[in-house]
Amino acid sequence: MGNRQNVMIKGTKDGFILKLDDRCGYELLKEELIEKLSVQYKAMDDQHAISVKIEAGNRFLSEDQQEELREIVKSQKSLIVDEIQSNVITVDLAEQIIRQRQMSTISGIVRSGQVIDVEGDFLLIGDVNPGGMIRAGGNIYILGTLKGVAHAGCYGNEDAVIVASQMLPSQLRISKYLNRAPDPVKNDDDLHEMECAYIDDTEQIVVDRLQVLRHVRPSITNYKGGM
Amino acid sequence: MGDAIVITSGKGGVGKTTTTANLGTAIAMQGKKVCLIDTDIGLRNLDVILGLENRIIYDLVDVIEGRCKVHQALVKDKRFDDLLYLLPAAQTSDKSAVAPAQMKELVDDLKQDYDYILIDCPAGIEQGYKNAIAGANKAIVVTTPERSAVRDADRIVGLLEQEQIDPPMLIINRIRNHLMESGDMLDIDEITNHLSIDLLGIVVDDDQVITASNKGEPIAMNPDNKASIAYRNIAKRILGESIPLMSLTEEKKTFFQKLLGLLSKK
Repeated sequence: MGNRQNVMIKGTKDGFILKLDDRCGYELLKEELIEKLSVQYKAMDDQHAISVKIEAGNRFLSEDQQEELREIVKSQKSLIVDEIQSNVITVDLAEQIIRQRQMSTISGIVRSGQVIDVEGDFLLIGDVNPGGMIRAGGNIYILGTLKGVAHAGCYGNEDAVIVASQMLPSQLRISKYLNRAPDPVKNDDDLHEMECAYIDDTEQIVVDRLQVLRHVRPSITNYKGGM
Repeated sequence: MGDAIVITSGKGGVGKTTTTANLGTAIAMQGKKVCLIDTDIGLRNLDVILGLENRIIYDLVDVIEGRCKVHQALVKDKRFDDLLYLLPAAQTSDKSAVAPAQMKELVDDLKQDYDYILIDCPAGIEQGYKNAIAGANKAIVVTTPERSAVRDADRIVGLLEQEQIDPPMLIINRIRNHLMESGDMLDIDEITNHLSIDLLGIVVDDDQVITASNKGEPIAMNPDNKASIAYRNIAKRILGESIPLMSLTEEKKTFFQKLLGLLSKK
């Protein structure tokens, strides 16, 4: 093992890639990283920052460890870690990602005082009554009347949308933006069509016909295959 | 084994207690044995509406704490021989004097001897509400055609749906014809669509309901008042009869109908 290289440095036109061996101990890796960096790049003091990409292979790096590696690289004045890549993630994180990608469905009425919290997309087959609230990390689709509050993209996803068969919300929220319901226009009760709400270029939540959604948010389509 | 029906609304002042008193009376008039329980501890008034105030000796808290037997605390309404009883609330304690498990035990006990147990729930969704629904296997939600009352009813329905109770049924109380006709008040369809639970009945707003309550004679005893008929119809529906909803509109005859009426008299 003695002269095996646990840290390999490759130069590319975008910067450096640090390839870290994924079988040696973490402490050993750290030592070798410090050593290599200090030997090789003393002469580059005056240059502008070079971006570094760390490839950890099949090694899991905890947040603390990642921070530590960033610090080590940063201690060389001209280097900055751009990205840390690893082939492994924790089960928790994997499950969280699954939840965020999943669509949860409820068939029923979200009544006053009830709060539905989902991490991914949400499909409601029923109404949201005034005082009821839906909070979703992704998009919200309501096959019914939205009379309460809907908050899509609640973890900061500004591309999230809210779709409802009847849009009569007391409040719409997407990511960090908020929109109070327009004062109801009477006498258009029979004109209702499906509507969608999204954030437009001016960072305002707008409500529009459902049909525009495919133009403003083409990424919603995830069907692969010919139509 | 009888049914225990909790009568609740969330909002105060929509007529839970009046409804309890009148439904109890109307069911007793149908020959069923009824026990009314007032769970509004500290603010009791079901006894006042029934006119039984000055016959109370023991109350709900006395029973729960074992100071008396249940049958000692029950007040018999002499107007309905042996059919209508009231278990009054205590006026001196508060809601925390009773726990849901104790209520459940008490109601289960009473279910053996009565056909119907109507539980008058206090306003709110706190301890008193939890006590009131603990023993019930059915629920009636009372609301009025006002946005605030409907909002609270919606909340209560949501809470009731999480309990091991049959789906709640709705009574719309205090309907004022002229406001509903002019569109200044929520109409019945709007309310039932919004809450989407079964409508058990509608009761019109009537001054006589208040006078009757003040006298301690539930309006349901009056044979020809509109509100009274509404309560009696609801009672019959609870007993399983199918009775059409009362029509609200006073029939206005057109000229043609008047003419027909005149002709047919001849």
